[in-house]
Amino acid sequence: MSNPVDREYEQLRISGLHAFYGESHILHGINIVVRRGELVTLLGRNGAGRSTTLKAIMNMVGKRTGSIMINGTDTLSCAPHQIARLGVGYCPEHRGIFASLNVQENLTLPPVVRSGGMGLEEIYNMFPNLYERRFSQGSKLSGGEQQMLAMARILRTGANMLLLDEITEGLAPVIVQKLGEVLMKLKAKGLTIILVEQNFHFAAPLADRHYVMEHGQIVEEISADELEAKQSLLNNYLGV
Amino acid sequence: MDMILGVPIAVLAGQLLLGVINGAFYALLSLGLAVIFGLLKIINFAHGALYMLGALTTVVMFDAFGVNYWVSLFLAPILVGFVGVLIEYFLLRRIAHEDHIYSLLLTFGVALVIQGVLTNIYGVSGLRYSMPDVFRGGVNLGFMFLPYYRAWVIVIALLVCFGTWFMIEKTKLGSYLRAGTEDSQLMQGFGINVPLLVSLTYGFGVMLAAFAGVLAAPIYSVSPVMGGNLLIVVFAVVVIGGMGSIAGAVITGLLMGVIEGFTKVFYPEGASAVIFLVMVIVLLIRPSGLFGKEA
Repeated sequence: MSNPVDREYEQLRISGLHAFYGESHILHGINIVVRRGELVTLLGRNGAGRSTTLKAIMNMVGKRTGSIMINGTDTLSCAPHQIARLGVGYCPEHRGIFASLNVQENLTLPPVVRSGGMGLEEIYNMFPNLYERRFSQGSKLSGGEQQMLAMARILRTGANMLLLDEITEGLAPVIVQKLGEVLMKLKAKGLTIILVEQNFHFAAPLADRHYVMEHGQIVEEISADELEAKQSLLNNYLGV
Repeated sequence: MDMILGVPIAVLAGQLLLGVINGAFYALLSLGLAVIFGLLKIINFAHGALYMLGALTTVVMFDAFGVNYWVSLFLAPILVGFVGVLIEYFLLRRIAHEDHIYSLLLTFGVALVIQGVLTNIYGVSGLRYSMPDVFRGGVNLGFMFLPYYRAWVIVIALLVCFGTWFMIEKTKLGSYLRAGTEDSQLMQGFGINVPLLVSLTYGFGVMLAAFAGVLAAPIYSVSPVMGGNLLIVVFAVVVIGGMGSIAGAVITGLLMGVIEGFTKVFYPEGASAVIFLVMVIVLLIRPSGLFGKEA
């Protein structure tokens, strides 16, 4: 991570992406570009297709058409494990902590996909709670601890593009604040982050750009400096 | 002669020993089934046929090439495990996204095909396989006579069961298996080659069955139909222990062997039914099995 970040480099380019679960057509021609080191959010109401977009990037939905370029490689025909090895770290909405593994086993489960990941010590410094609970079973953790673990788990692998799905959902304000600090640190390290977020007040100060989704389409793209001007439009989309 | 409950100790101990030996086979076989079920969620009806393949391979390799018992102990499971990998890769993988009832039927069909073809070649009367000279004879324990080979079967089966448990519960590879049992899609999303892991896991479960087959060759009648009857009992054991529980499969296997042995002493007519009786009772009281997680 010591190299200067080339902020013009296109880490992710999604063009004309359609995605399906069985017969249901979820995403209708999505276009997204994310450059290296950017923090971009996907906003929208429940069911707008934000989580599906992340899953589609990971090839975890049914059928997909269109194109998803990661670091210039088209990944539409790649299996999920090959996509992960391009440096993508995925944190699912349900957090995906393995109940039968302890904290340390969960943490060291994902293989290292790129060099430059954080060491265990660095991770435990960032999340001291996890260190204290490192031999507890995954099933014994609180929601906040699970979320910390789910985040920490993909930081160790060296992934430089993180897909984070609703990481603040259902968590106490103090933990949400902690997650915000973590995201700031990761951004400072030059990681590219795509954040699906319900909590706009959490996302707004962190993000460089926002994509607003509705009915499986991108309906608006708002950069951080346009946010004030487009606030009422955004409120309209989000229904707040 | 000393008696317990009106039964000579020697008879009781002898049946108990037979029970433990049968239990060791139940444990090895249900362990393989549990490993396969855990990751693939497949009820492997081909397990009995693959156990038989392990035994038959041992006999045929000896007759045709003079391959001795010790080499077979390694070689037969590897060969049969490879057959298992082929079955997974060319058949099971293609229907992995369908309802699991299809893979159950498919493995059942595979078992019938293997059994049918080999019956055509070798018949059903049973092949002879003589045990290595080193195992001839036994030791008199005072209250009973313990044949060396039976002692070896118990020891090695328990070692393999313990080794498998250790690998699954305490190693990195085992953590992949446990995690894959919970959410294999997410595992793949982390960069783990899950399709390969699935093939190897199925192959490993099959190797355990074949290993049990090699152990069985010197003491049971080796024929293409030897797996069929055993498999039904082993399924009962798996249901009693709880689907997918590793330790549960081993402990229940041994326990059921012993219960069967005891029943042979006190009520011989009930010996072949007692395991199923236990199964019915366990299902009524604890539907997820003795060691299964509550659904």
